[in-house]
Amino acid sequence: MAQVLPAERDLRRVIGDADGTGDREVDGLGEQELLELYRSMVLLRTYDERSVVYHRQGRIGTYAIFWNHEAMQAGAFHALGAEDWIFPSYRESAIGLLRGMPAATVLSWWRGHPAGWWNPADYRVASICVPIGTHVPHAAGLAWGKKLKGESACALVFFGDGATSEGAFHEGANFAAVTNAPLILFCNNNGWAISTPVEAQTRAETLADKAVGYGIPGVRVDGTDVLACYEATREAATRARSGAGPTFIEAVSYRVAPHATADDPSAYVDLERVEEEKKRECLGRFEGYLRRAGILHDDLAASIRSEAADAMRTGIAAAESEPPADVDLLFAHAYVDPPASFGADLDELRGTLG
Amino acid sequence: MAELSIVEAINDCFQVELERDPSVLVMGEDVGRAGGVFRATAGLRERFGPDRCFDTPLAEAGILGAAVGLCMAGWRPVCEMQYDAFSYPCLDQLITHVGRYRWRTGGKMEFPIVVRMPYGGGVRAPELHDDSPETYYVHTPGVKVAIPSTPADAKGILAAAIRDPDPVVVLEPKLHYRTMKGDVPDGEHVVPLGKARLAREGNDVTLVAYGSMVPVCEAAADTLEDVSVEILDIRSLKPLDEDALLASAAKTGRVVIVQEAPRTCGFAAELAAILAEKAILDLRGPVLRVTGYDVPYPYWQIEDAYMPSVERVGAAVRRLLEF
Repeated sequence: MAQVLPAERDLRRVIGDADGTGDREVDGLGEQELLELYRSMVLLRTYDERSVVYHRQGRIGTYAIFWNHEAMQAGAFHALGAEDWIFPSYRESAIGLLRGMPAATVLSWWRGHPAGWWNPADYRVASICVPIGTHVPHAAGLAWGKKLKGESACALVFFGDGATSEGAFHEGANFAAVTNAPLILFCNNNGWAISTPVEAQTRAETLADKAVGYGIPGVRVDGTDVLACYEATREAATRARSGAGPTFIEAVSYRVAPHATADDPSAYVDLERVEEEKKRECLGRFEGYLRRAGILHDDLAASIRSEAADAMRTGIAAAESEPPADVDLLFAHAYVDPPASFGADLDELRGTLG
Repeated sequence: MAELSIVEAINDCFQVELERDPSVLVMGEDVGRAGGVFRATAGLRERFGPDRCFDTPLAEAGILGAAVGLCMAGWRPVCEMQYDAFSYPCLDQLITHVGRYRWRTGGKMEFPIVVRMPYGGGVRAPELHDDSPETYYVHTPGVKVAIPSTPADAKGILAAAIRDPDPVVVLEPKLHYRTMKGDVPDGEHVVPLGKARLAREGNDVTLVAYGSMVPVCEAAADTLEDVSVEILDIRSLKPLDEDALLASAAKTGRVVIVQEAPRTCGFAAELAAILAEKAILDLRGPVLRVTGYDVPYPYWQIEDAYMPSVERVGAAVRRLLEF
């Protein structure tokens, strides 16, 4: 058994913010790839900001905000291949957009409409996991199952700092480790599980330290540095594909938005810290990097933002034009082979609906 | 046709089904090297390899959760829970994901998972090796549940569960794992889910049961020499063979339901409710239940007092006949 080193303590960074540390480059990322990353982040940012507006307008239901998490989502996503699977929590609800899923599908999900259903196999994106951490074993099983079939795909599962307290996280991480499954455990440590700070979740100095207990590497990255997230995930995917097993990545950020539209963080959060963190939010940091490198200029940025805004306008229009769901969808997909009682139940229901 | 015990019949089923379908795999605690603590999976690891009969970490929710991902990768996992009461951690995955995932995909993705476990008491075992948890499973939407009572059905129902496109939970009567022998068809043998078994024909009263309560009903019927007793082995709790239940109720007009699990909201209550809704004019007396009590399953020195007995079933039949 190879020796497992203690988790990396320092946060990996690539973007220097012109603060004296200097920008680094990531091997293999040329201008095109960097702009693709930027496009993805802008799409996610636009999705998120528009969704909060749609919620306030009563056009979608309760919504889990992911403002300032776009770097980890886009960075991790672009480090994967098209055949790799992603297991999102609700915080990554729109990750499918990066694989071509229509915005209308995710908006329908948040509208509580069955048009928000999708086939995970179509996008290699599992359904949004609402309960905390219970999808970690799914990702472990998928990764292991692909390996058993001799396929090269790996899996990445997103979860938050709070999820590391859940038994399901532990069982899934351990399962992946003992089966040497090609899995990337991507922890979005934004410091908060609704109102509970990460210090109340664990006595471990870092969440990446947990990796040692599973006999796998633990890595810490600056979660608002898209290139650091990309680089760490790419290394983990390479390890996974080489047969070296899972990696735990702790992406550290600070949650500057409420947990969800139903949450008021002013009761518990340090508002001065929030304002401080907003100044180094992830999209602005990457824009600065691209501008310093001479890759991004105002016209291009405006055109990318405009593309994303168009996608959202089209998406919400499509979601809102979905006809009301027929009541037979109550029954239609619960079983391949439904019990006979479903037919009578549906008849009775239709009878009362007139 | 061979005379096999229930455990041997289950093992025979695995030998046939793993050979028939290379996407079927068996996973659980001690199922590989040890062949299962009851030896239900004995020899599978040797014959089909360690990838098809896999020893998992000791983590019931992790086993079922990993099975969800295995389905996404194209496998048909059969998960063993080592004992009835050790299956409770897996209820989290069963309720939050296994029973809902196909629905969540708009019917686009199937989750052909089997969860099987030994269940029930009477084996002089330590605490939490004796439970009858079927109600928790039957109550979970998106999941099917079956409980065989004979060696032939143990093989045929497990085969049906493995071939079923939906998640199926199979509870196996561990009390009779080795003590009951019976003829079991060789090779492929499938007992469709949703079909009850008329274990004995009669005219005066129907005893309705499943799993290890079927032999109790048969013994009780033997003592009731002056009564013509019909025994309906439900064997598939969901989907339920309502027609068989209603037909027998219409024939005898008297129904006693026997269930080992605690009484309140047990499966007997569901059967009684169906009879109240659909058979009221056929009934010549109240539907009676003989069940376990609403208490924790007891330590084994007093477990016989908990278990529905031949005497309690007989007394219920007498009470109903005198109504």
